[in-house]
Amino acid sequence: MEHLNLHDNEMPPPQQGGAQTPMQQMQPLGPGMLPPPSSQQLPPQMFTTAAQLLDLTDTNLVLQSTIERIFVAPSSANGPGLYADVNRGIFLVRGENVLLLGEIDLDKDDDEPPGYERADVETVHRLQKEQKAKDARREKIVKRRLGELGFEGENAGEALI
Amino acid sequence: MLFFSFFKTLVDHEVTVELKNDIQIKGTLKSVDQYLNIKLDDIQVVEELKYPHLSSVKNVFIRGSVVRYVHLPGGAVDTALLEDATRREAAQQAQKTK
Repeated sequence: MEHLNLHDNEMPPPQQGGAQTPMQQMQPLGPGMLPPPSSQQLPPQMFTTAAQLLDLTDTNLVLQSTIERIFVAPSSANGPGLYADVNRGIFLVRGENVLLLGEIDLDKDDDEPPGYERADVETVHRLQKEQKAKDARREKIVKRRLGELGFEGENAGEALI
Repeated sequence: MLFFSFFKTLVDHEVTVELKNDIQIKGTLKSVDQYLNIKLDDIQVVEELKYPHLSSVKNVFIRGSVVRYVHLPGGAVDTALLEDATRREAAQQAQKTK
């Protein structure tokens, strides 16, 4: 992420610099008018430019000995939720997909997540699948009801555009 | 640029960052950059039972584009100054487009 430093915003990106400078020089300055600030354009972070996408994609990650932790929320109000760890091995992650990075507190990592108990992978997988199916059913009903009331789903809206 | 400057004044204050996937993370704002990427220390997830995934994480870097809201500490915000800065920036923008 060496491209994402504070330096970038003071200077225009190099590929724009060439085109920008002559344009500014050509602009006539009326009497008593302030000279235009160094950047006439909106700040670059207002737009996602191709150059910025490149900046984001050229930082990739390689993770080894990865573990995916899967959870199922508590089914009843007082019962515990369940979790299981699945070994996943090596991961190559394209930088653009990184949304959040966190440092693990090794002391905290010794304890179970509060309100959750370890279970075997098969159990958690099965429960997770059931939960997802249940959520999907509920979602479908909600969508249908909303549709009856004249609210279009997200996909229906896109079809209009 | 205004929001960037504004968030810089909130460094070392406690904020709650709400992500677009509804998770809310409370922590000490440690740094912010021009994309409004955010670094938080000593984090705690609101509704931890519902979102247990970060239970052993102590500090995070959050990409700016996934943030929905930043809940601010009211006492640390100088509203009058912020209003003033907002108007000044708007005036500057208007000047530029002339």
